[in-house]
Amino acid sequence: MTYESTLRSIAATDERVIVMTAENRAAIRALPDVLGERFIDVGICEQTMLGAAAGLALRGRIPVVHALAAFLTMRAFEFTRTDVGIAHLPVKLIGAVPGFLSDGNGPTHQAIEDIAIMRGIPGMHIFCPADAEELNAFLPVIIHSQAPWYVRFNALAPVVSHTEAPVPGKAEILSEGYDVALLTYGFMLREAHRARELLEGQGVSVRLVNLRTLVPLDTEAVLSAVLECSLTVTLEDHFQTGGLYSILAELLLGRGMGADVLPIALTHWFSPGRLEHVLDTEGFSAVHIAHRILRQLEGNSTPMQTESEYLFKTYL
Amino acid sequence: MTDIEHRSLADTATRVREHIIRMSGNGGCFIGASLSCTDLIVYLYKHVLNISPDRVVDPDRDYFLLSKGHDVPALYGVFAELGYMDSARLSNHLHPQDVLYWHPNREVPGIEFHSGSLGHLLSVGIGVALDIRLRKGSNRVFVMLGDGELNEGSIWEAALVAGAQKLDNLIVVIDRNAFQANLRTEDLLPLEPLEDKFEAFGWSVRRIDGHCFSEMEEVFGTVPFEPGRPGVIIADTVRGKGLPSIEARADRWFVNFKPEEVDMLLDELHGIQRAELSSEALHVR
Repeated sequence: MTYESTLRSIAATDERVIVMTAENRAAIRALPDVLGERFIDVGICEQTMLGAAAGLALRGRIPVVHALAAFLTMRAFEFTRTDVGIAHLPVKLIGAVPGFLSDGNGPTHQAIEDIAIMRGIPGMHIFCPADAEELNAFLPVIIHSQAPWYVRFNALAPVVSHTEAPVPGKAEILSEGYDVALLTYGFMLREAHRARELLEGQGVSVRLVNLRTLVPLDTEAVLSAVLECSLTVTLEDHFQTGGLYSILAELLLGRGMGADVLPIALTHWFSPGRLEHVLDTEGFSAVHIAHRILRQLEGNSTPMQTESEYLFKTYL
Repeated sequence: MTDIEHRSLADTATRVREHIIRMSGNGGCFIGASLSCTDLIVYLYKHVLNISPDRVVDPDRDYFLLSKGHDVPALYGVFAELGYMDSARLSNHLHPQDVLYWHPNREVPGIEFHSGSLGHLLSVGIGVALDIRLRKGSNRVFVMLGDGELNEGSIWEAALVAGAQKLDNLIVVIDRNAFQANLRTEDLLPLEPLEDKFEAFGWSVRRIDGHCFSEMEEVFGTVPFEPGRPGVIIADTVRGKGLPSIEARADRWFVNFKPEEVDMLLDELHGIQRAELSSEALHVR
C-alpha cells in the first residue's frame, strides 16, 4: 500500500474527504482521476488553500491538504492558526519533505521549525511518521479524528518492524535498555535504530523510543525512560528550539524534575546536499550519533571537561 | 420596491445606527466603518439572504461572511432588529460575561465565522461555496470585504482561485468607503480602477451607491451575474454615514464616546442638531 492508495481507499468510502493541494502532487498524482471534483488543486496559493479548507470543514468536509512542509506551515501559518485553529476544524495538513528530507533544496525549503510552529496552535495534533508503514497505518486514525492534524510526511521504506498499533499519544518502545534513553521521531528513527546497534556493540544498553505523535505526547513512556535510564538523548531533524528537546524540558520542568539530557538537534540551517551526505556533514548519521552519545557518557564521568573540549570531541 | 418597503428599510437602518452609536459609547467601536456598511447589511438581511432566525444552521441557507470584522456592530444591530438576538443583549457590548466584542465570533448565533484579521473570509467563503457546488445546492455565499482590506495579498490570491474555480455562487460586496484605518485608500495604496482589477481576475463586476436601496434592488436581484464567474459588487459608501460630524473623517476610526456625546450623536442622527464632539480617536491598529 502506498500513501496514495491508502488515501484513495479512505476517500472512496467516506464522501466527506476532500483532497486539496497547492500544486504539490508528488504523492497524489492519480487522485484527480479517481476523486473528480473532490480533488481541488488551488494553485500555488497556500493561504487560500487553508482558508478554503476551513470553509469546507465548516460544511462537514474533512479536507486533507498537501504542500511542501515549509510553505504549508509558514506561508499559510496565520490561516492555519486563525481559521483552522481557533475554530478547531478537522483539517489535515500533510507537509512534504520536512527536516532533512528536503536535502538539496537549501534553507528556503527546510522545514526544521515546523513542529515548533504547529505545536504553538492549541488543539493542533502532530504526527511524525518514521516511514511509509507508520504513515499508512495512522492515516485512517488521523483522517477520522475530530482534531486538526499536522503530518510531517515521510513515506520512505521502513528499517524497523513496527508491532505497536497506531494509537495517538502512544509511543513505540523498540528496545529496552537502561544506559541511554534515545527519544526520537520521524525520519531520524532510521539513524537512531542503527546508532542503537552500534552502541549495543560497545556494551551500552539503549531504550529506543519512537514517539510517533508529539501532540499528544506519550508522557508516561517519556518519563519512564528519563527516570530509568542514566542519559536521555533527544534526536530530531528540527531546530533545538521548540522541538522535542523543548517538549521534554517543558514536561520535566512542569513536574519539578531535572535530568541529564543530550539534545541532538539543529541549531542552524543545514548545508544542502544529498541526504546521506547531509547526515554525515551535519553529524546526524548513525555513526556520528553513536559517537556523540558515547562522548557524553564519558563526559558524565569527567565533569571537569571544558566546553571547547566537549565540542571538539562531540563533533570529531 | 414599494414606498412601504423603502420606508421599512430606512427605518431599520436608522435603528441599527442607533445601536451602533450606543455601542460606540459603551467601550467604543469602529463607528465609521460600521455606519458605512449599515444600509448594505440591512438590505442583505431583509431582501437578499435566504435565511431567518430559526434557520441559522440550515445547510440550505445563504451564507453571509463578514470579512471586515471591525464593523460587526452593524451586524449586531441588524441581528437585534430582525430577531436574531434580543436587543437588550447589545448593552452587554464588551462585558466579559458575554461574547459581543470588537470582532465577530461564532458563539453568537447567526455569525458564520470569526474574523478580525483582514483578508481571511474570502478564502473561507471559497471553501463554503465549493462544498455547496459539490452538493449541487442552490444557496449562495456573500462575503463583505472592506476596501482597506484589499491591501492584503491573500485577497488577490483568493480572487484568482475563485475565478479559476468559476464560483458563480460566490458574491463579494466591497464596502468602498474610501478609507482605511488612518488614511484615504487612494493616498496610501490606490485601488482604482477597481472594476478593472476584478474583471481581469475573471469576476463579473457591478458598482452601486451603497446607500441607495433601489440600486441595491437592481443589482442583487440579478445574482449570479454571469454563469461561471464569481460576482463582486463595489458599493461606494461614506464612512460614518448618517452622522455629518464624523462623516468621511480619518480621525473617527475607533472612538469611545462619552455618554453626553452619545446623546448628541443620536440627536444628530435624527436631524435635530449637529453633534459637537471632543473625544479623540483611539488608534488601536
